[in-house]
Amino acid sequence: MTTSTRPLHLAAELAPGSGGAEPGPDTTARTVALARLADTAALDFLTHDDSFGRPGLDALAVLARVAPETRSVGLVPTVTTTHTEPFHVQAAVATLDWVSRGRAGWRIEVSPTGAEARLFGRRPAPPTAELWQEAGEVAEVSRKLWDSWEDDAEIRDVATGRFVDRRKLHHVDFQGATFSVKGPSIVPRPPQGNPVTVVDATRPAARDTAARHADVVLIRASSAEEAAALRAELREGARAHGRDPGQLRVLLSETVDLDAYEGGPGALAELIAGWHGGGAVDGFHLVPAVLERDLERFTGDTVRRLVDRGLFRTAHEGTTLRDHLGLARPVSQYATTGATA
Amino acid sequence: MSRNRKQIHLAAHFPGVNSTTVWADPRSGSQIDFSSFEHLARTAERGLFDFFFLAEGLRLREHAGRVHDLDVVGRPESITVLNALAAVTDRLGLAATVNATFNEPYELARRLASLDHLSAGRAAWNVVTSSDAFTGENFRRGGYLDRADRYTRAAEFLTTARELWDSWTPDGERRPFAHSGPQFGIEGVFTVPRSPQGHPVVIQAGDSAEGREFAASGADVIFTRHSTLEAGREFYADVKGRLARYGRRPGDLKIMPGVTYVLGDTDAEAQEHAAEIRRQQVSPQNAILALEQIWGRDLSGHDPDGPLPEIDPDPESALVQGRVRVADPVAVARRWRALSEAKGLSIRQTVIESSSRQSFVGSPATVAAALEEFVAEDAADGFILVPHLTPGGLDGFVDRVVPLLQERGVFRTEYSGTTLRSHLGLPGPVWKG
Repeated sequence: MTTSTRPLHLAAELAPGSGGAEPGPDTTARTVALARLADTAALDFLTHDDSFGRPGLDALAVLARVAPETRSVGLVPTVTTTHTEPFHVQAAVATLDWVSRGRAGWRIEVSPTGAEARLFGRRPAPPTAELWQEAGEVAEVSRKLWDSWEDDAEIRDVATGRFVDRRKLHHVDFQGATFSVKGPSIVPRPPQGNPVTVVDATRPAARDTAARHADVVLIRASSAEEAAALRAELREGARAHGRDPGQLRVLLSETVDLDAYEGGPGALAELIAGWHGGGAVDGFHLVPAVLERDLERFTGDTVRRLVDRGLFRTAHEGTTLRDHLGLARPVSQYATTGATA
Repeated sequence: MSRNRKQIHLAAHFPGVNSTTVWADPRSGSQIDFSSFEHLARTAERGLFDFFFLAEGLRLREHAGRVHDLDVVGRPESITVLNALAAVTDRLGLAATVNATFNEPYELARRLASLDHLSAGRAAWNVVTSSDAFTGENFRRGGYLDRADRYTRAAEFLTTARELWDSWTPDGERRPFAHSGPQFGIEGVFTVPRSPQGHPVVIQAGDSAEGREFAASGADVIFTRHSTLEAGREFYADVKGRLARYGRRPGDLKIMPGVTYVLGDTDAEAQEHAAEIRRQQVSPQNAILALEQIWGRDLSGHDPDGPLPEIDPDPESALVQGRVRVADPVAVARRWRALSEAKGLSIRQTVIESSSRQSFVGSPATVAAALEEFVAEDAADGFILVPHLTPGGLDGFVDRVVPLLQERGVFRTEYSGTTLRSHLGLPGPVWKG
């Protein structure tokens, strides 16, 4: 029944546009309801966009709030790297992985404007290339900090009185262009090993960072050919950086108004099936033009059609976001091969 | 129920990384799984507690250049856990310790306002400072602050955060902000509307004169170490006496010591149990470590069941990193030697003997009476309870002591309000925008 052996991955944005609804108990309840809709529809993950420059609550906070009320959908907040402390960022994302039992990711973004820089008053807005270079360093040190605890560091050994085996806790000693971090992390190794890293590679400036660090890349394209070319470029970039291109997922991200979309939710299903089946993309990330309406139509109609055609799962089989994406759980970069306690 | 009696406020602390937690007990659960935090928080809410409280970790403690491994190590990031706990609780306040040193006001004010929105008005912030280069090695800004300046930065940080929260009027109008001061020069627009409490509840945990003044000038709760009646009364009188200068009334600042407790069916049973817990908290390895923290020397060759070292402490030692420094190690060492000689105690026995007693030990009735007396005698307005077992260590207190406090008419029988300010009996913050 399936026309492709490559699984189809679907995701959706919970905070589209230039800012969300007025915060309050009703808004929180609606956000939870939408997250549960995505959960039941077995989407791979939800994104929640964020920026210091736009109205709305902290995205990671919202998804932490949503986590206990959802079962298996992935939770991927946008996290900016320009004016934040890398140590705090990785600790918060690791903790999102803990409170969601292995469903966390983060979408790396930069803060390019002078207005954002003035909210912090620490330095002027760096040029674009430096912003993304720094974002890459934050991604790199975050991985090191997530790995700084080996999986079996906690031993609770009563005989020797040791809670941890400190040989399995590592200083990371990271020196970047704009920051350095000693480590180890204060948070034990997250359930997924490394939470999933998502980068929107629409802008060329982000592409190298995406190729180096992203597990999932969001792209925009107006044709399957364009998407396929971009996907090939990203996979080649990953390979050039010593990564397995088979561990990269490239999703078409598109703002869709399902009222105005020619052919409606059914036509969207056709497009997704076609682009995926032809190998142009690994999946689709919906940015709803009208949040509740379009997300409901997407899950209730578009996704249902894809399920009926045997192209998309009826339910999550695994429990973590890496499971949904078919990504391996990485071993800590500090674990020595064949090491025993 | 008589409402004339001074009401007690209660909070629950998940102690995590310190030597209180008896992790070796088979009933001791995970220190990182969300289920542990959920269990303790739900228990606290079942007990109608005012709030749940988490500390902060900025760098793993080290001893002799290596990560300290004898106590609980590892904790989650606090605000993220609290946002998740907002989903599984309804009225319980949610308090995070977050430092004002390795953070920036805009980002932290935004995170706290977000928690307040997502919890419908239950957020609290325990403001702490950090001043050492050791911790600073994890951060962009590094350990650059002189110890004397930490309160200066913290005070301006708190002022700035309040300005951000007040940049939205109570009527929902947003105004641009600009703050220009010695520590911060920022301007723009705060993108989170005024949250249900206006400002999150502010907790402060300082004991120095500066700390007390800082709390008197703007904190809602002060978290203290003074858990004996005499020390408590003195601290209480001192701090409450500082409020008038700021136009504040005594009830505007709640004093809540961190306390430990041990329950038993009888007082005698509780005392036995308490002694056993202190023994468990001081393993042979921990005894040597405690010694090294005073002596500042490598004493690994000593037998925990043997005598104290002959040599003197090295007060300049940098052996221990990431802990509050012992003020006068030579004096402590002298006390320990005297104790050891007087009672014929080994190293481990000396450490156990000189470790602090649990604050409240006894049957539920004894403990309830003691808590009531403490508050009635103005040694505190309430307590932050620190169980030695997590996550289940609060269950017994909620099941057996809270009902007695309720019967005595000194603790609520239901939440009357929905916000943490309401539980603590605090006025709303005055909008200063």
